[in-house]
Amino acid sequence: MAASPRELTQNPLKKIWMPCKNGHPERHISQRRVCMTNCPTLIVTVGLPARGKTYISKKLTRYLNWIGVPTKEFNVGQYRRRCVKIYKSFEFFSPDNEEGLKIRKQCASTALNDVQQYLSSEGGQVAVFDATNTTRERRNVIIKFADQNGYKVFFVESICEDPDVINANIVQVKLGSPDYADCNTDEAVEDFMKRIKCYENSYETLDEVLDKDLSYIKVMDVGQRYLVNRVMDHIQSRIVYYLMNIHITPRSIYLCRHGESDLNIKGKIGGDSGLSERGKKFARHLGDFIHEQNIKDLKVWTSQMKRTIQTAEALGVPYEQWKALNEIDAGVCEEMSYEEIQEHYPLEFALRDQDKYRYRYPKGESYEDLVQRLEPVIMELERQENVLVICHQAVMRCLLAYFLDKSAEELPYLKCPLHTVLKLTPVAYGCKVESISLKVEAVNTHRERPENVTVNRSREEALQTVPSHL
Amino acid sequence: MPRELTQNRIQKIWIPSKDDKPAVPRRAGGPYFTNSPTVIVMVGLPARGKTYISKKLTRYLNWTGVPTKVFNVGEYRREAVKQYSSYDFFRPDNQEAMKIRKQCALSALTDVKSYLLEEGGQVAVFDATNTTRDRREMILNFGKENGFKVFFIESVCEDPNVVATNIMEVKVSCPDYKDCNKTDAMEDFLKRIECYRASYQPLDPDNYDRDISFIKVIDVGRRFLVNRIQDYIQSKIVYYLMNIHVQPRTIYLCRHGESEHNVLGQIGGDSGLSSRGKKFSGALSRFMEEQNLKNLKVWTSQLKRTIQTAETLSMPYEQWKALNEIDAGICEEMTYEQIKERYPEEFALRDQDKYYYRYPTGESYQDLVQRLEPVIMELERQENVLVICHQAVMRCLLAYFLDKSADEMPYLKCPLHTVLKLTPVAYGCKVESIYLNVEAVNTHRERPEQDVKRGPSTLMRRNSVTPLASPEPTKKPRIKSLDDHMASTSTSLSGFAASDISTAGQPLLGKACLT
Repeated sequence: MAASPRELTQNPLKKIWMPCKNGHPERHISQRRVCMTNCPTLIVTVGLPARGKTYISKKLTRYLNWIGVPTKEFNVGQYRRRCVKIYKSFEFFSPDNEEGLKIRKQCASTALNDVQQYLSSEGGQVAVFDATNTTRERRNVIIKFADQNGYKVFFVESICEDPDVINANIVQVKLGSPDYADCNTDEAVEDFMKRIKCYENSYETLDEVLDKDLSYIKVMDVGQRYLVNRVMDHIQSRIVYYLMNIHITPRSIYLCRHGESDLNIKGKIGGDSGLSERGKKFARHLGDFIHEQNIKDLKVWTSQMKRTIQTAEALGVPYEQWKALNEIDAGVCEEMSYEEIQEHYPLEFALRDQDKYRYRYPKGESYEDLVQRLEPVIMELERQENVLVICHQAVMRCLLAYFLDKSAEELPYLKCPLHTVLKLTPVAYGCKVESISLKVEAVNTHRERPENVTVNRSREEALQTVPSHL
Repeated sequence: MPRELTQNRIQKIWIPSKDDKPAVPRRAGGPYFTNSPTVIVMVGLPARGKTYISKKLTRYLNWTGVPTKVFNVGEYRREAVKQYSSYDFFRPDNQEAMKIRKQCALSALTDVKSYLLEEGGQVAVFDATNTTRDRREMILNFGKENGFKVFFIESVCEDPNVVATNIMEVKVSCPDYKDCNKTDAMEDFLKRIECYRASYQPLDPDNYDRDISFIKVIDVGRRFLVNRIQDYIQSKIVYYLMNIHVQPRTIYLCRHGESEHNVLGQIGGDSGLSSRGKKFSGALSRFMEEQNLKNLKVWTSQLKRTIQTAETLSMPYEQWKALNEIDAGICEEMTYEQIKERYPEEFALRDQDKYYYRYPTGESYQDLVQRLEPVIMELERQENVLVICHQAVMRCLLAYFLDKSADEMPYLKCPLHTVLKLTPVAYGCKVESIYLNVEAVNTHRERPEQDVKRGPSTLMRRNSVTPLASPEPTKKPRIKSLDDHMASTSTSLSGFAASDISTAGQPLLGKACLT
């Protein structure tokens, strides 16, 4: 029988309606964003050394965290390095090395303990257990562990026999590993090859029949082919989709904002104004820059706001307009300066400073909303090769946070000044950033978090960090 | 000199203009518009769900704005051989029949070519068994000659229960068996399948078919093998196929209870329920209880009125921002009369092209579809779901399930206090409309009279979602123009039972079309 419906109150920060009792919000599951999964998930990598397991682990972790799923990787190799201070040679990994086997098993065990801590006590949602896990026996240990704790298990196996790829991996990430700090290149490569050999004999790949009830994806030849078995839920489906869209072809992503706009000069946010004279100059410089860079098959993306399109127009190349790249919607504060916001909505202004990532403008959006809106852009960026994205301050912060693995706390304060291009190039496990200023003056639109974020602060305290403008 | 920009009046898109006149809108667009068209080729023994997948995929792609059409060779065969006698027709040693069948396949391919090269099609789904390498080789060559990408979807299933269920669901009632009883039909069809089995050469990823792009769907989605995805559209197709399932389930769509704004005739906003709206919530709660569902997910938007409605159900619900009502921008919280008075031009433009029309600083139906795509994807993954949303949003979702075009979508009838119960059946969706007997205002605005000037053909852009209803499968070798297809499509795919609503304008929905 339907009980009397509870009263609703709107959370002042996120503008989410929640049931309340006597004016106090009641905790309710409905507050959570779309339920990704019912129980924590343990992702388990499988594969010989130098097959990209750690690359996949880190990238996947970065992606999941960015979309709001608390994720952490647990690399057993690092546990081993903590345990065995000095790496001598591949002999450590020899299958007859009893001592070595014991230590390695212990490390895996310790890592699993930490996984349990993370998923069951620290609010983690996904743990990525990054190790070779090449025997069925080891995998059974993990499955049992997961069963006991109520975690779902999803295996990600990477199979590759292309010697060029393996060599490239070794050069990119193994030579620089602490294990080989005191070796020269040839020695390191030779030792590592022998290390791989140690695993080969006992390698039991995920089998169509023997492992038919497990959930897994086999990534073959760096994404040429995939085998997907028993995807159980939403998060596993998203993980599979993500893994099928990433690639390792070298390329660069260029991020920049539109040229300085008329509203920028007045210190006002949002709106749909055109470029100022300096903004137009930037657009021309950007065009020159792009031509100088001589980038192969460059795609250019803009938002659907005039200022980014005007900027792209100056490049003289085809471009695509994405509504998803539009600037954050400031709702009732659209086209106001910070001074005006402080005057008309001092409470909102303070709340924003208290939690800039989750704060949603009345009738507008939050950074958290932006990330959700931008996810398809990120997915397509992963598919693409060379791309120039001409967007906006808040949008650029979100994209940058994805590539540079910045937390929700840091994201809204990342520096993305006007008239500056950020060139991102994937390297090893991360992303190299080059910041290129195109030498055209512009206002500063970056507002740091002020000291006093309480709702009863003074006007001066609130406006302490507002950059100067007309 | 950079070109001047003007803002297209309907879509509010900035485009370069010359002398203050908008430049001819390029059919600019994303990868999948400027790249080569794609031929999706189904592969598999009979009764493996090829047609089911073809139709569903086509519906999805059209809804997201990718012009797609199914070419079912079986239908060409039915045109050529008016009366089906028995499985003997499919025997491998039946020379005469083999000739006819090959001719039908070629005929269908000719139509594919025409659709993709001359009629604006982007994806053609070639639905036939295509079980031999020879046949697939021929199609690959066809693709190469015409500059089409080819993507194979193979459905492999040896579970006799699944196969038997398929036969019962869609084969025994198909035109081939109209004069047979069920048992005879089943028996004949099983023999038909055997005719293909000996010559069936499944896709071989390790050797022979190493270099072609395909997905193998094994045991109705338990397992997938994906080889060489080439582009965005193939990636989307694979993702979609991996999320759909065939478990029986029901989707309930309804709007929030009548809101205070509804009563005043105001659009948008974030008001609470009126007293009749609250009464509806109670009725909804009782109704859902009566439905006696084992597991039910309840989704709402993040606007107060849907949440208030859900609260009465006393069960957990999830709030989706993506389900929020269309943003009416500067027209938020105005009545239609006020809009007409304050912004007469905008008011007229909206009536001119309601699907593409974007409110100034707001959204269009086209934007809504893009926003709702993840909701649809998750709905496909789920089982029993009740979605409590809003008028425009519900229209978009309904258009997806009932295969309605962009043109029809903004005028679908989604009255307050009425639940639409959608159940997948055969190749389509059964719809039941249940009015919960609580009065409410009518918020539906009909399409204005025909003499309203239609604007110039609107831009197609990337993520430019222009749902086209999946065109009628071509039966005759001669092709009708795409426009004719659009006009004649009244989605014979949906069944309509129990109508409590006065649907004067609603197109009659016929019985599910069974090929």
